[in-house]
Amino acid sequence: MNQIQNFTKGFIKENPVFVLLLGMCPTLGVTSSAINGLGMGLATTFVLVMSNIVVSLVKSQIPDKVRIPSFIVVIATFVTIVQMVMEAYLPSLFKSLGLFIPLIVVNCLVLGRAEAFASKNNLGASIVDGLGMGLGFSFALTLLGAVRELFGSGKLFDVTIYPEDYVSLLFVLPPGAFIVLAYLILVINKVKKA
Amino acid sequence: MNYLVIVIAAVLVNNIVLMQFLGICPFLGVSKKVSTATGMTGAVAFVMVLATIVTYLIQKYILDSLGLQFLQTIAFILVIASLVQLVEIILKKASPSLYQALGIFLPLITTNCAILGVAILTIQYEYNLLEGVVFAISHAIGFGLALILFSGMREHLDLMDVPKGMKGTPIALLAAGILAMAFMGFSGLV
Amino acid sequence: MAKKESSFINMVVTLFVVTLVAAGALGFVNDMTKEAIEAAKLKAKLSAIESVLPEFQEIKGEYKVATKPGQDSLEVYPAYNGNDLVGLAVKTFTNSGFSGYIAIMAGIGADGNFTGFEVLEHAETPGLGSKMDVWFSNIDKPKQNIIGKNPTSTKFLVTKDGGDIDAITASTITSRAFLEALTQAYETYEAGMPTENSMN
Repeated sequence: MNQIQNFTKGFIKENPVFVLLLGMCPTLGVTSSAINGLGMGLATTFVLVMSNIVVSLVKSQIPDKVRIPSFIVVIATFVTIVQMVMEAYLPSLFKSLGLFIPLIVVNCLVLGRAEAFASKNNLGASIVDGLGMGLGFSFALTLLGAVRELFGSGKLFDVTIYPEDYVSLLFVLPPGAFIVLAYLILVINKVKKA
Repeated sequence: MNYLVIVIAAVLVNNIVLMQFLGICPFLGVSKKVSTATGMTGAVAFVMVLATIVTYLIQKYILDSLGLQFLQTIAFILVIASLVQLVEIILKKASPSLYQALGIFLPLITTNCAILGVAILTIQYEYNLLEGVVFAISHAIGFGLALILFSGMREHLDLMDVPKGMKGTPIALLAAGILAMAFMGFSGLV
Repeated sequence: MAKKESSFINMVVTLFVVTLVAAGALGFVNDMTKEAIEAAKLKAKLSAIESVLPEFQEIKGEYKVATKPGQDSLEVYPAYNGNDLVGLAVKTFTNSGFSGYIAIMAGIGADGNFTGFEVLEHAETPGLGSKMDVWFSNIDKPKQNIIGKNPTSTKFLVTKDGGDIDAITASTITSRAFLEALTQAYETYEAGMPTENSMN
């Protein structure tokens, strides 16, 4: 597989959210607006790329049996860094993402890529993989957030598109997350086949 | 804080799966049959309560007293990971029948964000130990309620004539959305 | 490079080194961001206080006041122009919102009337209860607006409960909770109004 394919696979073909169904908790939990989705996606991308880098660098030094706990520590470290930096410089985003920031650590996507890809591939490929998967994840979250924000509060990236009197509240409420994701998966499946 | 309020809020109003979106992976992953859903619920409840107690003690007596709050995430996830291993080893020796029932679900629990989520929330809400335990038990019940209801729905869905594109995940997510709508009826209860 | 084998020593050493490096890195980042986090929190608090009070020069101190025994104390920030008290900002809260906790920063001027408020934290239903910030400060609707009023001259209860304030359409519970929190802020204001003596 060449690097370009390695990079683009995360967007549609192996999209972590729409196809692999990984990292569903933040996907559904923070996507009440496009900005939140994008913020969460980029935070996860950072953790994903950094942990992929570290894991691929130290893979030969880690004995097999303590592989998973070591990876978890590496991931948790980067998650905590994101948490602290975001609280310091982006306090309002930090507040709206809330609990889901520390929970990046249990996002199956991050540990999954470390275990399935970075621990078997070289540095360059691991970075590309992390970036591709992370941006694919961000794309999915932003798309889901944008649809919910547009129909649920009449805005897109906080810019009012149409008056609030015509919105359907359901979209920004919890059930809306499930329902919009169901239809997005349906559409992506169609696109993938085409 | 009234214990009854904690219980009702956690089980129904702020249902951990349908309203707070924690533990979605097992919610979608092991909900195809009622029997596996029940097994998963047992394992989650067991680990959730244990993890809440242990992480609470670690936070209060180690992290808080040493001023190391910034190590919370890393400490909690390690505790949960080792706890899961420990529970697995103990169950295998002490109660092979229980191990048979819960065993295959245990390794999946480490990356179940419901466990870490409840542990962190207990600290954030500044509960004491007893309230934390009640909080954890109620969330486990809420998790079980959502999971078992949902698996019941999915068993029925299997027999339905679903449009081709909707088969599998999309229809399951739609069903979950309708279940979440039903749970919204509980809001305002406390 | 060959894979290290999983001998006991190797495993212990690896885990130890990994956690040590992780903890070291985090300690370092923590030191770097600590001040910025404090500053961001302070800035958020200050901007909330500024938005609920008329213009002032400085906040003199902050103290906690409990109006009733056993009740949680509220944070009070007195704002001054030179030596003249402009008003108090009171951080109040309630747990009886539709979705529980609501935190509000309320400003009470020197004349004892509310000068403004800002909802700091809430989980009310979007589009219904979440409208409380615009609803209760709409000066075109005298039966909704609470700015320039206080609970002694106006009954801070929703009309359904015999009060003088119109509840948000379809969000009576949120409205009740909101008014309860503001009443509590006012009680704190009455109990905690600093006298000239305590200032010197």
